[in-house]
Amino acid sequence: MWTHLKALIIKELLAVLKDKKSRLVLIAPPLIQLIVFGYAATYDLNHIRYAVLNEDRGAASRELLARFEHSETFDCIAQLDGDAQIAPEIDNKRVLLILRIPSDFSRKLALGQSASLQANVDGRNSNTAMLILNDVQSVVSSFNTSWMNEHGGGTLPARLAVRSWYNPNLVSRWFIVPGIVGLLTLLVTLLITALSVAREREAGTFDQLLVTPLHPSEILLGKALPAVIIGLMEATVIILIIVFWFKVPLLGSLLALYIGLLLFLLSSIGVGLMISSLAVTQQQGLLGAFLFFVPAIILSGFSTPIANMPALLQKLTLINPLRYFLVILRGVFLEGASVGLLWPQFWPMALIGVICMVMAGKLFRHRMA
Amino acid sequence: METPGENSVLDLRKVSKGFADVPALQDISLKVRAGSITGLIGPDGAGKTTLMRLIAGLLVPDSGGISVLGIDAVKSPLQVQHVMGYMPQRFGLYEDLTVQENLDLYADLQGLPDAERPTRYSALTKLTGLAPFTKRLAGKLSGGMKQKLGLACVLVRPPQLLLLDEPTVGVDPVSRRELWSIVSRLVHEENMTALLSTAYLDEAERCQEVILLHKGELLGQGAPAEFSRNLAGRSFQVTLPSLNKRTLQGRLARSPGVIDATIQRTGVRIVMKNGMQPDPAGFPEDIRIEAVPPRFEDSFISLLREKDGSPTLPGASPDRAETNHDDVITVDRIAKSFGSFHAVKNISFSVKAGEVFGLLGANGAGKSTTFRMLCGLLPPTDGQLKVAGLDLRHAPAKARARIGYMAQKFSLYGDLSVLENLRFFSSAYGLRGDAQRSQIDWAMQEFELKQYAKSRSKELPLGYKQRLALAAALMHRPKILFLDEPTSGVDPLARREFWHRIATLADEGVTVLVTTHFMEEAEYCDRLVIMAEGEILAGGTPDALRARVQSEKIPDPSMEDAFVELIKKHETGRNTDADSA
Amino acid sequence: MPILRKPDPARRAAPMRLRGMLRKEARQIIRDPSSIAIAFVLPVLLLLLFGYGISLDAKHVPLGIVVESPSPEAAAFAGAFEQSAYLSPQRFGTIQEAELALITHRVDGIVWLRSDFEEKLLAGAEAPIGVIINGVDANTAHIIEGYVNGAWLSWLQHHAAAQGVEQTLPVQLQQRIWFNAELRSQNFLVPGLIAVIMTLIGALLTAMVVAREWERGTMEALMVTPVTAKEILLGKLLPYFMLGIGGLALSVGMAVWQFNVPLKGSLPILFISSSLFLIASLGMGLTISTVARNQFVAGQVAIIVTFLPAFMLSGFIFDINSMPRAIQIVTYLLPARYYVSILQTIFLAGNVWKVILLNSLALILFCAFFLGVARKRTVKRLD
Repeated sequence: MWTHLKALIIKELLAVLKDKKSRLVLIAPPLIQLIVFGYAATYDLNHIRYAVLNEDRGAASRELLARFEHSETFDCIAQLDGDAQIAPEIDNKRVLLILRIPSDFSRKLALGQSASLQANVDGRNSNTAMLILNDVQSVVSSFNTSWMNEHGGGTLPARLAVRSWYNPNLVSRWFIVPGIVGLLTLLVTLLITALSVAREREAGTFDQLLVTPLHPSEILLGKALPAVIIGLMEATVIILIIVFWFKVPLLGSLLALYIGLLLFLLSSIGVGLMISSLAVTQQQGLLGAFLFFVPAIILSGFSTPIANMPALLQKLTLINPLRYFLVILRGVFLEGASVGLLWPQFWPMALIGVICMVMAGKLFRHRMA
Repeated sequence: METPGENSVLDLRKVSKGFADVPALQDISLKVRAGSITGLIGPDGAGKTTLMRLIAGLLVPDSGGISVLGIDAVKSPLQVQHVMGYMPQRFGLYEDLTVQENLDLYADLQGLPDAERPTRYSALTKLTGLAPFTKRLAGKLSGGMKQKLGLACVLVRPPQLLLLDEPTVGVDPVSRRELWSIVSRLVHEENMTALLSTAYLDEAERCQEVILLHKGELLGQGAPAEFSRNLAGRSFQVTLPSLNKRTLQGRLARSPGVIDATIQRTGVRIVMKNGMQPDPAGFPEDIRIEAVPPRFEDSFISLLREKDGSPTLPGASPDRAETNHDDVITVDRIAKSFGSFHAVKNISFSVKAGEVFGLLGANGAGKSTTFRMLCGLLPPTDGQLKVAGLDLRHAPAKARARIGYMAQKFSLYGDLSVLENLRFFSSAYGLRGDAQRSQIDWAMQEFELKQYAKSRSKELPLGYKQRLALAAALMHRPKILFLDEPTSGVDPLARREFWHRIATLADEGVTVLVTTHFMEEAEYCDRLVIMAEGEILAGGTPDALRARVQSEKIPDPSMEDAFVELIKKHETGRNTDADSA
Repeated sequence: MPILRKPDPARRAAPMRLRGMLRKEARQIIRDPSSIAIAFVLPVLLLLLFGYGISLDAKHVPLGIVVESPSPEAAAFAGAFEQSAYLSPQRFGTIQEAELALITHRVDGIVWLRSDFEEKLLAGAEAPIGVIINGVDANTAHIIEGYVNGAWLSWLQHHAAAQGVEQTLPVQLQQRIWFNAELRSQNFLVPGLIAVIMTLIGALLTAMVVAREWERGTMEALMVTPVTAKEILLGKLLPYFMLGIGGLALSVGMAVWQFNVPLKGSLPILFISSSLFLIASLGMGLTISTVARNQFVAGQVAIIVTFLPAFMLSGFIFDINSMPRAIQIVTYLLPARYYVSILQTIFLAGNVWKVILLNSLALILFCAFFLGVARKRTVKRLD
């Protein structure tokens, strides 16, 4: 048994790693993607380009605008003279935000009345628009507080004291980057496993394997274990880069992280082998892998929260191993989660993995027919 | 401007071509006469395909000039492609298009005017026998039909020069004969010139002229008879009824002065070194040696032997191992259908221990399906089969350790080196430690693979790939060996060597089941069956099968004659059945 | 003169050859269900999946409300949260219970009214309201913060009115959101999605079909006929262009009718700019396949260099302006970036010529580049 497995593992690793092209496909793109996506995948706004149309001549408006100018988040790129200029500036995407201050702004404030600040936002990207409005609101709030303090407008009956746990500065990179471990591990294991049986079928080596005394379960394990080895190595490299290059804190237990990783590998390799034993040609294998990969990412909560999806899709995410692994990744990295807390994530992956492996084994034997 | 030779359609002047510093062709100069069929002959790796591609304008020579009908093929390949037809080794038919649609495509690409199409189409489909199938998808045609369709596509607008790269490889004898008659008729009737490469040496005799290539060098050019003339008095037919033909052939091949020994009908045909005579000493009394006229094949082999020296033949086993003659493989009325297609219909046969048993048949006759069922790779739809007393599909994995299997196309791990492949397969068969090491050493030695131990197996020359595949199948010393078209595409020298090994194995008591397209190889079998359309047409010893078709017309039939006649009989029989029904 | 049969006049032969190539390709497309599937089934599937699956609109955010000592004021405050459509508040008695719920992801945030809330409120000394948000998903955290802020502001108004005083904030923000007033994320995601899908159809499909010709040996057979490299390329481009346009029409139809995305600009302009993008992707696919020459590698390369970058770097979901400078420069190399910009503008803003023309110009450059490379790499030579 062990002689057989060892031979199969060595063969599989050699077949994957000896060919320069396939080695490159396994190593280069994931790392490049990690770096590029690590920087690109962010919802945080900085340098919001905005323009100002100030119809007021008073000091109060200048004081308010000064707060925007001093903010890191905002970048003033134009002063407008009239309403007619507003539309083209936004249409042409020159600015995302135009602050319009009416001519009675300072006068109203001086009288103790409410003055208005009009924020025109480009809504093409609704998420960006919402975040811009939040940022504008917070500048306005802080202006209000200090104005009331200085000019005796009374105090507010209550105020909010907001704290964020786990990610105090709300850096969205901290949210996205640990997820990339799951994304790329899934990609690599699928590429290795989903095509491997089809490749052997096309090359005729699968028949050659089947006429040897190897047991089908040995062949299956011989396909799965090399993928586990490669997946573990690749994930470890990515985790190291995330911690030391992207400086994302890793607070939780490594044990929990690696239990999760192993279970995730088990389930994704199971899916890969299932696709593999169904596919007759490599093209079908590739298509199958792709058809699993894309929905698996969308429905994992990697880029957008699962909670925002319609109920039906939310149910569908329950069979997606990546969904659970992402919770583990974020939990261990940011929340400092321990093994005990992550049980609800472990067992579904184990279940998916075992079911897929058994199915793959069955299909394997069936396909030998 | 240099005027081309009087009638020469093709003119190569000192052409050289290399790939990544490895020379593929060196200083080739040759001319091809108009209106002839010229054969391009040479072992695997001789540079035949490279030469064809150079002429077709697909490759640029490193030096030298090529003119086709006076057009410079290097400078204006498009013009050459207007007057030439080229059928690559693996002709790219669009398998998801019908026969007619494939013809339409090539008619469009060749610029055949619409008005001329109906007559041309009907002429071609009639000639190739494709007329009833014009609406069929090309992918659904049999191998021989595909090849004929490929030819028709190339011919759709009559070219002046026709290049055919191994058009008959992997095609059964019946289709081969048909392809040849099509080509000769066209050359005759349409005043074409054909240049074709082939691995079948008997085909060379049908050419008006032969060009012999070896390792990128031109060995000679001339009529086939000119080549064999030098060999006069060196070819003999040896018969020795008291000895097994294979054993006789093995002993003769190792006799001094013998360049070539092949099983031919009831005896062994040998070719002697220049100035040497066959020596009957040491053979039993009843040996008969007759001088026979030389063939082209004799001169080809002797030319190559002079170049490369004699091969080191695998050592002879001392004696024929004593084996009991029980049935090792029994096939009892097995059938296999894929959907509504009946690939194998109720066939039965049995193979005795230590026998070399042949499965012959045209493409699509059901050989491979039968084969895969025997190895346990496919379940039969009906019937029973036993290999060493077991059905391999249900037998425990260990039972498979008794068989060795060599697939039709090279199917070892291409990215792994020779050594790594051997290590893997020996481990897969449960060998380890010293036993494994000594088996690997044996294989390296026996199959002369040492020089390639670290090379990736996909980069090996074809002959070595085949050696490696056989070595991998023999790592565990199986008692039963399955060989599925093991010599397809392999050149004559490598084939001879391969059969020497098989004969040696058989002498050691290994049962061998083999499929092949090469009819002369069938002579090596103790018994064989001929299959067509999923049925067994005939079975028995080679002698018996030949005797069945003996007639006044064919007084001394070859195995190929026997095959063709049996298939013909089957087809006419079926047609009369259909008529009466 | 040598015995040269004159080739047909090029005028007549060239259109015939092109006709042959086109007819062949069209027949193959019809016979091969997989290209139809990639062109028509894939867009529908992806649009449904992405359109519903990807949403940045947090609704019914589970929010824990801790009221340490119940009082009318505290009840009124909590009531303001219950009225929000975006929040679904749950009451907790103690902060410990609420924090446990936060740790186990049962709630995404906590609003905490301490026992002295009412006392301080009545005393007029700014009563602090504790808000704790799970910041792991920073974007959602921002959004929740905005919702809490909104609920708080509306409570302020109510509170003042109940007290009979007019609570005036010095500056009140008037929001005016252009193009997408209700801030539906589908309105910007679905047009961007069309770009991702078109990348897939264009590049993946062509990369696979050309590589298939190499693999099956049909390319060699084509190359020895008088057909020119240009005709081979055109023969591939035109049929798959038509297929792609079909996929586009389907996607646009679904965007408008299924996802109710407004289409403010003109349809012809949408199709013209889409054609440019499609040609660029087809060119990219052709380039990939001439380099790869086998379906397996071509498919892998196509997914890695087209799909993932189009997903992450085109501005389809992650705003390019937020990326570091170096990454922003990388995005200029992606045709999808320009197309996403055009699509979002035509759908939501209308025919803004400056945006459309500038980005179209970039797409034209990409078309020229990729077609040029593909043309150069498709030589009728094997070495």
